[in-house]
Amino acid sequence: MKVGLFIPCYIDQFFPHVGMATVEVLERYGATVDYPTGQTCCGQPMANTGCTEDARPVAKLFLDVFESYEYVVAPSGSCVAMVRHHFHDLLPDDPRVDKVGSRTFELCEFLTDVLEIDSIEGEFPHRVGLHNACHGLRELRLGKPSEQMATPFNKVEKLLAGLEGIELVQLERTDECCGFGGTFAVAEEAVSCRMGLDRLADHKSAGAEVIASADMSCLMHLGGLARRKKLPLKLMHVAEILAQSTKTQPTPTP
Amino acid sequence: MSHATAAAEFIADAERTKWHDETIFFVRKKRDLAAASVPEWELLRETASQIKRHTLSRLDEYLEQFEANAIRHGIKVHWARNGKEHNEIVLGLLKERDVNLLVKSKSMLTEECGLNPFLEAAGIEVVDTDLGERIVQMRHEHPSHIVLPAIHIKKQEVGQLFHDQLGTEAGASDPDYLTEAARNHLRDKLISAGAGLTGVNFGIAETGGIVVCTNEGNADLGTALPPLHIASMGLEKLIPRLDHLGVFLRLLARSATGQPITAYSSHFHTPREGQEMHIVLVDNGRSGMMGQSEFNRALNCIRCGACLNTCPVYRRSGGHSYHATVAGPIGSVINPARDPEKFESLPFACSLCGSCTEVCPVKIPLHHQLLAMRHELGKRHLLPMAKTVPMKVAGAVLRRPWLYRTMGKLGRVSLRWLPRFLIYNPLNVWGRQRDLPEAPKESFRQAYKKRAPQARSDQEKSN
Repeated sequence: MKVGLFIPCYIDQFFPHVGMATVEVLERYGATVDYPTGQTCCGQPMANTGCTEDARPVAKLFLDVFESYEYVVAPSGSCVAMVRHHFHDLLPDDPRVDKVGSRTFELCEFLTDVLEIDSIEGEFPHRVGLHNACHGLRELRLGKPSEQMATPFNKVEKLLAGLEGIELVQLERTDECCGFGGTFAVAEEAVSCRMGLDRLADHKSAGAEVIASADMSCLMHLGGLARRKKLPLKLMHVAEILAQSTKTQPTPTP
Repeated sequence: MSHATAAAEFIADAERTKWHDETIFFVRKKRDLAAASVPEWELLRETASQIKRHTLSRLDEYLEQFEANAIRHGIKVHWARNGKEHNEIVLGLLKERDVNLLVKSKSMLTEECGLNPFLEAAGIEVVDTDLGERIVQMRHEHPSHIVLPAIHIKKQEVGQLFHDQLGTEAGASDPDYLTEAARNHLRDKLISAGAGLTGVNFGIAETGGIVVCTNEGNADLGTALPPLHIASMGLEKLIPRLDHLGVFLRLLARSATGQPITAYSSHFHTPREGQEMHIVLVDNGRSGMMGQSEFNRALNCIRCGACLNTCPVYRRSGGHSYHATVAGPIGSVINPARDPEKFESLPFACSLCGSCTEVCPVKIPLHHQLLAMRHELGKRHLLPMAKTVPMKVAGAVLRRPWLYRTMGKLGRVSLRWLPRFLIYNPLNVWGRQRDLPEAPKESFRQAYKKRAPQARSDQEKSN
């Protein structure tokens, strides 16, 4: 199975190890990974700021790069939600939007839904707090959000819970936003940071050693706050945990 | 003042922010429990949404039906194009009957129209009889929440306010004691008022009657005593049939406060003997919103406040930071829909987490509307340069892979080599409270290029 790997711009630049971990996990489960080098970004920063005209060519570039792939996989729920649910706002007449959108998957849902993997082999003997990133949860339905009255499920949690020795800690607020929100992090700096600090406090009081998420952007924000406060918390993308699950020491995100 | 600036001022008081957030999140948790007690909750939401959308699609017919049936039952119906007309109609009714004291139950519409200051300027005393609204009125403030108007005020502050204005004991903060004092104070006003004004939660086209939901019974008392009842009603409050009411009553209080139903759901279908009853139907921008296909679903709103309670931004910035009658996610849609220039910062007071959309009992896709509103502001050239210029640059870079690679490398090298004080300069808003990620030597694409041939051959071998 050939997978076009989409590595969001900020992961490409700042968190290459998360991209490498994604490759490792995909290949371990039999996917042939191809990374088309013409890719840049999904266009979300511009689109979410209301700058439609600046976002459109970036979305178009994404389609040009990825239209020929059977599957597109990215280690980011937010960027996948952009492609799947919001490209049609930018390119309403482009027939490739539906085609590419329906073939683009977030890493965890690709593992559980397409590769039909029930559990990942490996161990991760640590206390982990799962940060349910909003777009993965509420736009892609990687799990049941706390607001919805339906049967609970959570694809990210399911993959992590299968690891030996892992202890998923119980948070007071299971899916409150961390406050990253793209340009919101800067435009509403005070609220954004306060939201993030509150999330960190919740994980800390739940006894988490590691905060895990399927979205690196949330972790970039939370990690930035944690480092400034010198909090002894490690922040890891789920792909890193899955890739490293045979090792015993978690390597923190730099 | 932009929302961000007002929010930063609110957050500067860390203790108060924590208290505000936790108090309101507690209401959200009560909502979750109440919703979970109804097995068909999601079906109810869908049904309510469809009833509202249907009603709005034929609003003209239903309004005429409502008016005809109300008139048939002896109710007088007035039409107001805007807040000014509404206020003048109300003043006219009061003046004709020499009313100099008006008691009001909760009505966000009269807040929207600025009725209180208008009537006060004309020499009429107006007393809000909802406890929370009375508290904010005594403080010369506006409600900070559509359901819990005084949620931003601590009980100790209410104690001080009542001590100053109602003569309660100094330092008293017992809610029962303070409520009793308010009750006695309000009872005097209720007995001597010449007219009672209520809001409207639901107008029923089929019957021409209205339903008012309160927890304090103040709408009942305020209309049972005076000889004149005025009901102010937004055009969008209509539902077609009495049968539909149950759907909304089951959703409203559960979504708002986690109660199964409001303590009082009072039906007014005809004037009491010896009383006059008037309904003022107010447009004030609503029909304009109906024409905006992207945003007209916001007219589904039944003003339960669930989106405010769940909003992580609202809880940490307070209702007054929105500088609008209706705060929170729904306010950030309807205010800029009416006046985009004045409220341009509100659609950005949102991290797009989507929690509001999930709790909304009438399924308004709030966070998608907020996003659509940002695009609308962009289209109308109402975005500030602080947003458009960086995005123009980002767009120009990201549409050109070679430029993106070059700029990426340049950025990483600068971050690696520049001294900390240069990186964390006053213009670096990200860096005020947060560290930037450490810039790696290689981007992913560089690392992947190096690794790729080896890995590819490994994989070929294993296949």
